[in-house]
Order: sequence, then C-alpha cells, then structure tokens
Amino acid sequence: MKKIVRMVLVLTLLGLISGLALSLVSNYADPIIEENEKEATREAIYYVLKSADSYETEEVDGKVIYRALDSSGELVGYAFTASGGGYQGTIRLMVGVGPEVWKVKGIQILESSETPGLGGKIRGESFKSQFRDLVARGEIGLVKSGEPERGEIKAITGATISSKAVVKIINTELSRVRSILSTGGE
Amino acid sequence: MQDFVRGLWKENPVFVQVLGMCPTLAVTTSLINGISMGLATTFVLVASGLVISSVRKLLPDQVRIASFMIIISSFVTVVKLLFEAHIPEISSQLGPYLPLIVTNCIILGRQEAFASKQPVGRSLLDALGMGIGFALALVVLGGVRELLYQGTIGGFQVFGTWYKSMVIMVMPAGAFISLSLLVALFQRISGRK
Repeated sequence: MKKIVRMVLVLTLLGLISGLALSLVSNYADPIIEENEKEATREAIYYVLKSADSYETEEVDGKVIYRALDSSGELVGYAFTASGGGYQGTIRLMVGVGPEVWKVKGIQILESSETPGLGGKIRGESFKSQFRDLVARGEIGLVKSGEPERGEIKAITGATISSKAVVKIINTELSRVRSILSTGGE
Repeated sequence: MQDFVRGLWKENPVFVQVLGMCPTLAVTTSLINGISMGLATTFVLVASGLVISSVRKLLPDQVRIASFMIIISSFVTVVKLLFEAHIPEISSQLGPYLPLIVTNCIILGRQEAFASKQPVGRSLLDALGMGIGFALALVVLGGVRELLYQGTIGGFQVFGTWYKSMVIMVMPAGAFISLSLLVALFQRISGRK
C-alpha cells in the first residue's frame, strides 16, 4: 500500500512541477511566436504586392483578406493565403491580386516541404516571378514544355506535380476570393 | 573525465552505438541544421540528466520510466518553444524533428543506463559527452551533405561555380550513403575493422 501511495505522489508531483514550468515558459514565448508569425505575414504581403504601403485585415465569410493600400491611401490590391496538398505535405502560399481581381500581382511560398532541388524550386525567384502581373481572367494554365502564353505558367522541369499543385491551389482560392469580393460589399 | 570522453569517441552515440538515427538522417541536410539539432539534443540530455540524477533516490522503481518521460518531454517542449520564439527560420527547417527529440533513444537510454544510477557530477559529464558526441556527428554529416549538395559549408561557397549540385545528397538516400561512409571511416580510424 505504501508503495502505491508513493508512486502516485511522485508522479502527481512531477506532473504539477512540469505543468507549472511549461506554463511559465509558454507565457513568455507565446507572444513572441505570435509576433514572428505576424511579421512573416507582413513581409509576404509586401512581397506579393510591391506597391503596398500599408494594409488592413478583413474577414469576409470566414476568409481573411488583406486590403493593401499605397502611400496615398489608394487601394492597390488584395492579398490572401491559400493552401493545399503538394507532392509532399501541405503548401501554403500568400497570393496578391490587383484591385480588379483578374490580375495576379505575385505569390510567396509561406510553407512547403517539397523535395529540395526539384519541387523545392517553387520557392525560387524564377518560378515565382512568372506570377508577377499575370493576367488570369479565368483559371491560370500550366504548360509542361514550350513557351507559356498569356495567363499560363511554365512548369519546373522534373517537378510537374509541385508546379501543378501551386497552380491548382491558387486557382481554387482565387475563384473563392472572387466570389467573396463580388458579393461581399466592395 | 572518462565519463565525458566516452561519449565523444569510444561510445559515440551515432558512429559507434548507432542510436538516434531518426534526427541523424532526417535533419542533416545542412551544417546549420546539424548544429541546431545537436545543441537542442545536448540541452535536453544535460538538463534531464541533472534532474533525474538528483532525484534518482526519490523515484520508485516501478514508475521510473514514466517519470523520465515527464521530465524529458518537459525539457523538449521548453526547447521547442524557445526555438520558435527566437530562431523561427531554423525551427521551421527542423519541423517535426524538434519535438521528436522526446523519442530520441539516446536520451532515454542515458537516463536508464547512467543518470538514474550515478551521482550528479558524473551524470553531468556523461550527458555532456554524449550530447557533444551526437552534435559533432550531426555537424560532420550535415557539413558533408551540404558540401556535396550545393558546394557550400554553412552557407559559404567552398567549391566554385563549376560545381554541379548533387541533389541526391539532400534526399534520404544521400543521408544513408554519407552516414554509412562516415561510420566506415570512423571504424577505420579507431582501428576496429
């Protein structure tokens, strides 16, 4: 009997101490972690919308949309996050569009675990720059070889699946944001 | 002193005991990843070794493993939170492998085999030796893989622009190949054929 009491006592005590210590550390670290995430979002918004000077966060129909303004307070476009499955794990993107929502202004990769050297090249400037000022009235197209036409992206050699995933994620979220923005006010 | 040196060379956790293979293979894609993983593991190893060694007489035998796990996982959570707060880039590079330090068998192994039976001073030396030995192995492996993958070490260009990157080195296959070559080299140097 004495043994059992001691076992219970020791484990309870350990759990209490560990819980206390962890809540102290998390109290200290959580605000910093949150600030880091905000900072990453901020950087991504200014990356995808080059002319943006400030932005407002809005939530329409459960979708967070960042309204970006230039230095004179003029609307330069919207930014929003989009995510979906890649070749490995989830890809999370920040997408910037113009005020009329038919032009993609730029994209940034927030999170991806694509194969380094192949699918990982979606992080590279040469892939991302294809989305700069891309006219996309309908859906963005993808070509495997040959020259991309208007509204098309050239897939990365050896990483067709990753390239396709990025385009698909953008297309899906783009049409959602379009319908939100066309009905939700503005 | 012998407690310290043992982990560095004669019983090196990676090259001799071949323990903790999950982080060893998974995160050593670059030198900096190797260093951060090595240091994080060393911290957990030392901190939990100190705590467990100093309370070793209070822990009932039947629940010792459960107690070890509470102590180890608390320190791992502390490391994870601090990494996320202060070095977010590295923390996102290491991904799930940072919290997975909790399952690293070197840590539980040292508590069971050493810290739970030895005084605090010796446990500290043992944990330091094992931790640094593990970290050194990850650094070497990370350095070799980064060098062969993109011709850099710690981000600095070592090979000229003529170097064509070897993608395989950064993939799992490259981890196995370089680890086995390093283990073979280690055995050769230490005279065990």
